[in-house]
Formats: sequence, structure tokens, C-alpha cells
Amino acid sequence: MAVITRTVDARGQSCPGPLVTLARQLKEAQAGDLLELLATDPGSRSDVPSWAELSGNELLEAAEGNGVFRYVIRKR
Amino acid sequence: MSEREMTNTERELAEVVSAAAEERGRSKRDKLAIIAWDGHLDRIWPTLILSTTAAASGMEVSVFFTFWGLFALVRPGVRITGKDWMTKALSVMNPGSPGRAKLSRYNFAGAGPWMLGKLAKDYKTPHPSELLEMARDMGVRLIPCQMTMDLMGLTKEDLLDGLEEPIGAATALLEMKEAAIQLFI
Repeated sequence: MAVITRTVDARGQSCPGPLVTLARQLKEAQAGDLLELLATDPGSRSDVPSWAELSGNELLEAAEGNGVFRYVIRKR
Repeated sequence: MSEREMTNTERELAEVVSAAAEERGRSKRDKLAIIAWDGHLDRIWPTLILSTTAAASGMEVSVFFTFWGLFALVRPGVRITGKDWMTKALSVMNPGSPGRAKLSRYNFAGAGPWMLGKLAKDYKTPHPSELLEMARDMGVRLIPCQMTMDLMGLTKEDLLDGLEEPIGAATALLEMKEAAIQLFI
């Protein structure tokens, strides 16, 4: 079971906030680290997978519960 | 003998193919190049959203600010710019910085931009003034147009810190040529 090394809380932010916050935190992480992104922006459902494709980072999980979207990303 | 010539030809062909692939790779860099021509709030806004998102995705980004777009790079504190009565009058009619930019429609003497700013705050969408700072922090290259600076009498002191050196049309074209995505906004 891989361990989440960092939680990026972008709840309440909207486009392009969550991705900018994620990119900033990602800069400080090591390659291979797992990051958890929490967001409430419904646009993140399409944007986080697109961002993963553009940036080459791996999107491992995408889930939704209680109005919060949760994504797990592995840093390239 | 003929077999050896064939090998040489094939090798040459392979070289040409790989050079072509390399050239294609060079001309399609993982880069976004935007020409920011319009200075309206509702144009500068998407320009900066796309720029910061591209930078957040690890893309190289350059934005060339020309004509009315250049006024988005005017320092927030700077009111009147220009070198003579015409350029000064233009700067009064067209105040600089995103904080004072007008909407392309529904401006209603500033009521429109104020409402949009209020909505953005409520929905926690960063205002172009914040996005501009974010873009700069994220390494987005903000490039002023030299000709517009001369034409409008804008000096480096009138513009924000941390900008690239002003460039001309040919360099702007080169920025676009090597970018995978080019936009004129």
C-alpha cells in the first residue's frame, strides 16, 4: 500500500486555483511521491485528468464524496 | 557492391528521416505562445487562466503583450503614462493594469468589472491582477512589445517588475513558431 506523502487542500478554489496550488506543492515533492488533491471545483473532474496528460504525472485515483473530489497523483 | 550501395542509401535515408523527426520535434515544443492584443478584462482574464494552467502543467509559456494588451502590464500605481498630450490622453481613456481594465461589453462605467470582480471573489476565482502575479511566479514569460511601448510612450518604469526584455514582431513570430499551441487573444 503506497503512502500519501502530501495532501493538497484546494477546497473552495475554482479554476485555475486547484491546479496552480497542486503544481506549487508538486514542485516541493520528490519523483514517485503520491499526492492527494482535495477539491470542490466540479471543473476538476475533467481538468485534473487533462492536467495529468499534459504534465506527464500519473493520476491513480479519482473519487467523489460529500461534494469533495479526491485525486491521487504520482509525481513523474 | 550493389548491396553495399543500398546500405549507404538506406543509411542516408535513415539520417534524413531522423533529422526530419528532430526538426518536427523542435518546431513543436511543449510550449504555449499567446499574443495578448486586447486589453479588456474579459480577454486578459482567459489569457492568464490559460497561461497559469499551462505553466502548472509543466509547459513553457510566453505571452507577448501588444497594443491594448500591453496596458495590462502597467504598474497598478501608475496613472497617466505617455510622452505627449496624445499618448497621455490615450492613457487616461485606457487606464493600465487589470485592476482598472474595462469589460468589452456591459462595462456600464465600471459597474460591470466591479460585479465580475465581486463574483470572482465569492467563487474564489483569482482576479487577473492575482493571476498576473501567479503567472510571473510560475515562470510564465511576460514579454512587452517594443513598438507599442514606443508608440504609446510607455517606459520600463511604467511597467511591472519581472518582465522579459521588450521584443519585436519577428521575435514574437519565432516564439509562436516553436510553440505547439499559438493563440491570438
